[in-house]
Amino acid sequence: MSTVLARQNRLKIVSLLSPAYIWLTVAIFLPLSAMLYFSFLSDVPFGDAEWHYTSENYQAFFQTSTYATLLWKSIKLGLTVTVISVLVGFPCAYVLAKAIKGKSREALFLLVILPFWSNSLVRIFCWAIVLRGNGVLELGLNAILPFEVDVNLMFSTPAIVIGLVHSYLPYVILTSYLALQAIDDNLIDAARSMGANKLTILWRVILPLSLPGLLAGAVLIFVPVVGSFMEPRILGGRVGTYFGTVIEDQFVAVFNWPLGAALSFILLAVVLVILATASPALRRAQT
Amino acid sequence: MADVSVQNVTKTFGSLKALNDVTMHFPDGGFFALLGPSGSGKTTLLRAIAGFIFADSGSIHIGDQSVEHIPVEKRDIGMMFQNYALFPNMTVADNVGFGLRVRKVGAAEERRRVSEALELVQLGQLGDRKPHQLSGGQRQRVALARAIVTNPKVLLLDEPLSALDKSLRVDMQIELKRIQREIGITTIFVTHDQEEALTLSDKIGILRQGTMIQAGPPREVYNNPVDVFTAEFLGEANILTGQSGLALSSGGADIKLPHSATPQSTLAVRPENMSISISEPDGDEISKLPATLVRRIFAGAMATCVLKHNDNTFKVIARDQDIPDLPEGGEIWLSWKPEHTIVVPEGSVGFDPN
Repeated sequence: MSTVLARQNRLKIVSLLSPAYIWLTVAIFLPLSAMLYFSFLSDVPFGDAEWHYTSENYQAFFQTSTYATLLWKSIKLGLTVTVISVLVGFPCAYVLAKAIKGKSREALFLLVILPFWSNSLVRIFCWAIVLRGNGVLELGLNAILPFEVDVNLMFSTPAIVIGLVHSYLPYVILTSYLALQAIDDNLIDAARSMGANKLTILWRVILPLSLPGLLAGAVLIFVPVVGSFMEPRILGGRVGTYFGTVIEDQFVAVFNWPLGAALSFILLAVVLVILATASPALRRAQT
Repeated sequence: MADVSVQNVTKTFGSLKALNDVTMHFPDGGFFALLGPSGSGKTTLLRAIAGFIFADSGSIHIGDQSVEHIPVEKRDIGMMFQNYALFPNMTVADNVGFGLRVRKVGAAEERRRVSEALELVQLGQLGDRKPHQLSGGQRQRVALARAIVTNPKVLLLDEPLSALDKSLRVDMQIELKRIQREIGITTIFVTHDQEEALTLSDKIGILRQGTMIQAGPPREVYNNPVDVFTAEFLGEANILTGQSGLALSSGGADIKLPHSATPQSTLAVRPENMSISISEPDGDEISKLPATLVRRIFAGAMATCVLKHNDNTFKVIARDQDIPDLPEGGEIWLSWKPEHTIVVPEGSVGFDPN
């Protein structure tokens, strides 16, 4: 009886899981394996090119300091964008979850989600129009302010950060919102009844309880931003050389796929190491 | 410790009058129940005393202090919530010590008072546990310890026992009363459970649609309800309204009216004060009424009988062995002593639906 049930259960589990895992295998695991294979070759095994197995692509990272410098620059960019997104997104999520109810919440949510629904390339070029000299931002500011200002953020690090924050802000808002909404309002009332002021409640009750959501959002932002290339390239111009853009170059400009693949896996490894190092500390913070 | 005084408090939410000119005094050290059906404003009144909401008009005093403009965090109250509202991220000791940490009493003092409070609720050993590792009854004790550890002026309880199962609830009622006596704190609790209110409190305030209908000691409110609503809400009551009261005089019924009653008065008789007999009871000094037995519900020591006289339904609660053995549909006599006839004042305050 129980073995029959166990078998039925297993069948159910397999049939529910397999579509996703077959998809992941075909669409992610196989191409990724191919890339890992390429990263150990001297040249792409297409056409009649000569190739042999090598670890040169990985050695290249350590032979010059350029790659490490760029990787560090990308990590700093990732941290900057993550911190700004959290600082901007968490208060927004808090207000949406705790202060606003009904129709206006839906409308405000729509505004948060909107970046998700627009094409990322369109979004970035919109920022280009806003941020360039004589652009929307400069004209707008000069229309309001009594004195002339000169705003040309285009092709600068702030422009890249602005573009990336805009793209990834929804992640931290959504994950924080879900975590904040799960917090029982009675907990806040209870803290108040014990004499706690707003800052104490935020620090001792709300922040610890919403930390899992906040961290999930932060990871969702940090990882792709470290490898980002579109925003740095379009909004950064000359200063927009990052680890991600170098990888992109290897694939679309230099056609050195093995080096691009090797650099990608180094990036993946570094990100995993960062998350693994941070996770014990983060887990402790959650309990 | 302090007394609490609520005077002419009114609070509206939009078009809803949640509290309508409510006045009640809660003397120092007493145990008080606010009782009413859902939507009666009892929780609103508690939250107004706590300071979560501010009344539109009227005054609230805690001790000598007028608190209308003081928010909850400055009122020095202890509050216990229906779902306990323990901080899931903190240990039991940290939960209980939260209010002390806010008041910056110092680590040693905090440890001492937390263990004292946990001793008081008999949870001395569980300080290191997390709330999710506790049973419902234990969580409730933690919530109580947390509410009293700061020595607040008044303890407010919002349906504190409603999430517990029946046997645990009775244990906790006794426990709650013991602890309240021990520390002598003025305690106000909200409940919709009339039995709980009668058991625990020195004084009951009955609310309906935002209006305080009656306030007084449990026995007084039970024996002299000001209107039909109170009579039926607090315990059960067989109501003999004015018009049918006249009709009742026919068909062999003989109801002795108290002095204060007119033939049009509304009368109420508690089900436990009526008795059932097969033959017509003797004696001039007794109210009696012939009726048909509709149903007999056995519930252990006690049994409930549903009876009918003309179109009036009556309920009688008696010891099972005191009820004559009779098939459903049988003819019997209902009787009760004249002093058990309660005259319910007419046109009393609570009866205005607005």
